[in-house]
Amino acid sequence: MKLVIPGDILSDDVKRAGEGTYVASGKVYASIYGILDQKELRVIPLSGKYMPYTGDTVIGKVVDIIFSNWIVDINSPYEALLHISEHPERIDPCDMDRCLEIGDLIIARVKDVDATMRVELTLEKFRPLRSGRVIEISHTRIPRVIGRGGSMINLLKKELDCSIFVGQNGRIWINGKEDDIDLAIQTLLKIEREAHTPGLTDRIRELIERSKKRG
Amino acid sequence: MSDKPKKLIEKGKRLDGRKVDELRPIKMEAGVLKRADGSCYMELGGNKVIAAVYGPRAVHPRHLQEATQVIIRYRYDMASFSVEDRKRPGPDRRSVEISKVSREAIEPSIIKEYFPRSTIDIFVEILQADAGTRTVGINAASVALADAGIPMRGLVSSCAVGKVDGQIVLDLTGEEDNYGEADMPIAMTQDGKITLLQMDGHLTKEEFALAIELAKQGCKAIYEVQRNALVAKYKGGSYV
Repeated sequence: MKLVIPGDILSDDVKRAGEGTYVASGKVYASIYGILDQKELRVIPLSGKYMPYTGDTVIGKVVDIIFSNWIVDINSPYEALLHISEHPERIDPCDMDRCLEIGDLIIARVKDVDATMRVELTLEKFRPLRSGRVIEISHTRIPRVIGRGGSMINLLKKELDCSIFVGQNGRIWINGKEDDIDLAIQTLLKIEREAHTPGLTDRIRELIERSKKRG
Repeated sequence: MSDKPKKLIEKGKRLDGRKVDELRPIKMEAGVLKRADGSCYMELGGNKVIAAVYGPRAVHPRHLQEATQVIIRYRYDMASFSVEDRKRPGPDRRSVEISKVSREAIEPSIIKEYFPRSTIDIFVEILQADAGTRTVGINAASVALADAGIPMRGLVSSCAVGKVDGQIVLDLTGEEDNYGEADMPIAMTQDGKITLLQMDGHLTKEEFALAIELAKQGCKAIYEVQRNALVAKYKGGSYV
């Protein structure tokens, strides 16, 4: 694991150039500030805005209703559109605010992103999140919250007695008893802060056990 | 300000004791602002500068946005307390021009095609000024951009060279700038492509070539400081 900054030469093998790199005059350079993944020759970002990809599941917030679309903020430079035809039943455009109001939070999947970054969403369940709480962390820390093969998220779900849903865009929905939610948020923020330090899963396990004994 | 000193260079030493090819002491820290996407604080001698980067984010007003690439906005601003006599706050002719040339110095390093229809806003605030503020601003802005996770071809480093008492010197102080014969701020990418070159005063062809060489050395030294500032942010982690 090595920290790289933009402009660092990574390799001469142009064919292997992955994400977070660029190619110039037969060499591969880092294009972003992050950690080098030597195996796949890509740079894992440490900061930056969430960029939507087709197939991502995200937590969005309805910010406007226009024509036959809900405009959804997905914690990215680009707003996403949720079309009325995504609703399982035919509804009148005038009744859109009865299904989803401005301010509602939804769990959505990115259906399509085009070259001009027009983002289209689709919903699995057409209802907003009404209970629980949503927190926002940097999307670059999401892989750490999930852990290798889901090790971290499984630990959290098992130990915290909460249901947790992690969106790729850095928003996390937590539902359960208020005290459990408090502890969950505390834990998730610690993961965000210390995402780059080794042995984190063990420390998180300790933190949860200690808090539970006290509680 | 004080009167012109008789000699600005005595026995190869400058007024502040530096050699002709020496930079002033530098301090640099990345990620100093919590609410900015990227930030950097830099000191170079008496200069104290803070740079903040926001974005990529939606463009307002909307008509400024470009369909195929991100737009860059750069605001260089001097705090009213940054100079000895209070400066009237807000943009003036000088800072508008510096904003423009600084933006053009930074822009070629950013890979703009990744974020169509959006903007990256760079704010450079001069807290204390002592000659060469635009170069410090560019250095700090470059690190702040990297800190914000924005894709770039490399960092941009910048420093000033000039002519004082008939000698080519690196990184002028306020006094040397006022009483010297020439002042030339330069910015370059890490592979040595020049993105900013301004000159106030006169240099011969030979002096100019010498000045460029000296600026290259200066920028190289500053690049190392920039790199260290970025690496230091994650020190203590499992990588470095």
